[in-house]
Amino acid sequence: MMRFSIAVASLLLCAKSWSQEQPGTTENKGQLHGNVQALFQNYNPDEAIGAQVPDAKAAMNTFGNFTYTYGQFTAGVRFESYQNAILGFPNRFKGSGIGSRYVRYNADNLDITVGNFYEQFGNGLSYRTYWEPNLGIDNAMDGVRIIFKPFKGVALKAVYGQQRYDFDSRIINSAGIVRGIDGEVSLNEVVKPWAEKPLKVTLGGSFVSKYQSGETFERDSSVFNLPNNVGASAGRLGVVYKNFQFTGEYVLKINDPNADNGYIFKRGESIFFNGAFSKKGFGVTASAKYVDNMAFRSDRDALLFDVPINFLPAITRQHTYNLAATLYPYATVLNGEVGVSGELFYTFKKESALGGKYGTYVSLNVAAVNSLDTSHVGGRDELINGYEVNSFGFGDTKFVRDVNLEIRKKINKAWSVNFIHYYFEFNTKVTPVTQDFKGIVYANIDVIDVQYKFKPKHSIRAELQSLITEQDKGNWATALVEYTFSPHWSFAVMDQYNYGNSDSEKRVHYLYGNIGYSKGASRIMVGYGKRRAGIFCIGGVCRAVPASNGIEINLTSSF
Amino acid sequence: MKKSLFILVALFASVVASAQVSSLPSVTLKNLDGKDVQTADLSNDGKPMLICFWATWCSPCKKELNTYADYYEEWQKETGVKIYAVTIDDQRTVNSVKPYVNSVSWEYEILSDVNKTFSQAMGVNSPPHTFLLNGKGEIVWQHVGYTPGDEEEVHEQLLKLAH
Repeated sequence: MMRFSIAVASLLLCAKSWSQEQPGTTENKGQLHGNVQALFQNYNPDEAIGAQVPDAKAAMNTFGNFTYTYGQFTAGVRFESYQNAILGFPNRFKGSGIGSRYVRYNADNLDITVGNFYEQFGNGLSYRTYWEPNLGIDNAMDGVRIIFKPFKGVALKAVYGQQRYDFDSRIINSAGIVRGIDGEVSLNEVVKPWAEKPLKVTLGGSFVSKYQSGETFERDSSVFNLPNNVGASAGRLGVVYKNFQFTGEYVLKINDPNADNGYIFKRGESIFFNGAFSKKGFGVTASAKYVDNMAFRSDRDALLFDVPINFLPAITRQHTYNLAATLYPYATVLNGEVGVSGELFYTFKKESALGGKYGTYVSLNVAAVNSLDTSHVGGRDELINGYEVNSFGFGDTKFVRDVNLEIRKKINKAWSVNFIHYYFEFNTKVTPVTQDFKGIVYANIDVIDVQYKFKPKHSIRAELQSLITEQDKGNWATALVEYTFSPHWSFAVMDQYNYGNSDSEKRVHYLYGNIGYSKGASRIMVGYGKRRAGIFCIGGVCRAVPASNGIEINLTSSF
Repeated sequence: MKKSLFILVALFASVVASAQVSSLPSVTLKNLDGKDVQTADLSNDGKPMLICFWATWCSPCKKELNTYADYYEEWQKETGVKIYAVTIDDQRTVNSVKPYVNSVSWEYEILSDVNKTFSQAMGVNSPPHTFLLNGKGEIVWQHVGYTPGDEEEVHEQLLKLAH
C-alpha cells in the first residue's frame, strides 16, 4: 500500500521533471489540479438540545486531492486526516494517511486506471462507486478499470477490485472482490444513415459479480450454504426524440442472502423508468420505480452506508430549504418499495399577465412510495425465500407522500421572492429519521424567501419557514437573515425554534451565526451556535448528524 | 510511515510549485442528447469560455445561472463568451435537468457529470464553482459560491480578457 503510494508519487515527480524538460506550448506542459478541505468543530455540552460531546471535545477532518496530468498519463493521490472524525461521519475513520491513489493512461480509444477509481454503469442499478466527502461516503474500487472504445459510438468497460470500507491511517478494503463489465452502444453513431435522424437511441447492458468466501448458517434447524459468488445483470435503453426523452433500466440479482434481507435466497429485481417532455418555458417528467430485495454489497454482512455496489436513489425530490430537507428526507427502502413521481416546470412569459416584467417560474412535484405487494409463502419456501411478490403494484403500507409547489418571481431589479409549500406524509417506522415518534407524520411546510439587492454588490436575504405537524416533535419555525457583499463577504444569522414540542423543556431556540469569506477558488466559513440534529443529503445520499453546540470552521480551496 | 508521508508531502509541494494549471483534464461527459463529449475538446473559436458547475438541488447555483442568463446576450456581443453549465446531478435528479433547463430557457451548453468525475478532476469542492478560460483554453480565473453581484466581477474579468 505504502509502496504503491510512493510509486505514484515518484511518477508525479518524473512527470514534473519531464514537463520541465519540454517547455514550449501549453500541450507539452503537465497540469496539476486539486483541492483541499479542512473542517474543524468544537463541542460544548448542551443538555437541552441533546448535544453529544466526544472525549476530545473537538474534531477535525482534512483532505487534499492532487491530480497531475501529463499528456496521456494522469496520477492522483488523496491525503486524508481524521483527528478525530467530525460527529456524523463514520467514527471508525481514524488517523492520517493516503485515502486514494491511482495512475491512469488515457489514449484515443483506451483508458486504463490502476489503483482507486470511481465508475457508474448506466443508471447505477447494477454498479456505482463514488466519493461524497461532505457525507464521508467513499466506496471506491481498488483494482483496475479498463474502458475501451473499439469504434465511435461503442464503449466497453471492465472493472475488477475490492471496495474501500474503512480508513485507519490507510485504506482498508472490504473482503469481497467485485468484477463487472458494461457495454453501451449509441445507435446513431454506429449506424451511419441514422446519424442525423431526430430519434437518438442508446442501448446498454452490464453484468456485475461479487466473490466472498461462503460459510454456512443455521435457521430453524436447517443448515444453509452461503454462496461464494453473487451476480447481477442489467439492461437499459435511452431514447431522445425531439422534445421527448425516455430512459429505463432493469436489473436482476440472484442468490444473495445478506444482512439487509435477513439472509434469504430470493432473487432481487429493480426497474426504473423516466419519461420527460420539455420545450422553451415548459417541462414535465414522470418516473416509476420498483425495488425488490436489491441491497447489493461487497460484504454480505455490511449494512447502511457500507460498501454498496449499486445505487438506488429515492424517487422523491431533494429539498433545499432546511426544515423540508433535514427533518423528514426519504431514502429508498432497499428491501422493497414501489414508487411513482411527476414534476412540472413552467415559466409564465415576460410581459404576460402572470409573468410581469421578468416572468414567473412555477414548479410542482408529486411523489408517492408504498411497500411491495407481497404475501407469505409459508413452510420451507418462506425459510429460504422469505416472501413472494403478487404484482408490480402498490402494497398496503404507505412509505411516503410528498407534494410541493414552488413559485419564484423577480419583481424588479432590487427585489425577488420565492415561495414554496410542501405537504408530507412520512412513515417513520420504515425510514427511522426520528426516535420520538413511530408512525405516519403529516406535515405542512411553508417557506418564503425574499432577496433585496439594494446596491449592485450588496444584498440582504431573509427566509421564514414554518413546519406544522401534530406528530413527532410538533411545530417548528425558522428565521434566517443573510447579508452578502459580493464578491468576498457573507454574514448570516439563523434561529430555529421547536415551539410545538409536546415536551416544554424541548421548546428550544437553536441560534446560529456564520461569517464567510471567498476569494477566487478559496473560501473560509466560521460559524458559532447550536445546530439541530438532522439528516443531511447530498445528491442521492443522506446521513444523520447529531445536535451540537460550538464553533465550526470550514476551509476549502482549489487549484 | 511518518517519514514516507513527509516525503510525499514534500514531493507534492515541489510539483505544486512548478506545475502549470492551464487547460482542462480529459473526461467523457454526456450532453442532453445522451451523446459523449470530451472535456478536453471544449472550445469556442479562440474566445473565452465560462464553465459553471451546478445541480438542480443547489439554490445558489440556479440563482447564479439565472442571473447570467439575463446578461448572456450582452456578454456574448461584447466578448463572444460561451457558457458550459456542467451539472453534477446524480441519478436521483439527472432526468430533471433537461426539463428544468428548458423551462427556464437557458441558452448554455449543458453537460452532465453524473458521477462527478470531471468536477473532481477540476478540484471542485461543492457547487457553484465557476471557471473562466481564455481563448487558448487556459483557466485564468475561478470563483466558488455565488452571492448576488458576483456577475459584476465575472463581467469585469470577461472584459479584461476581451481587451
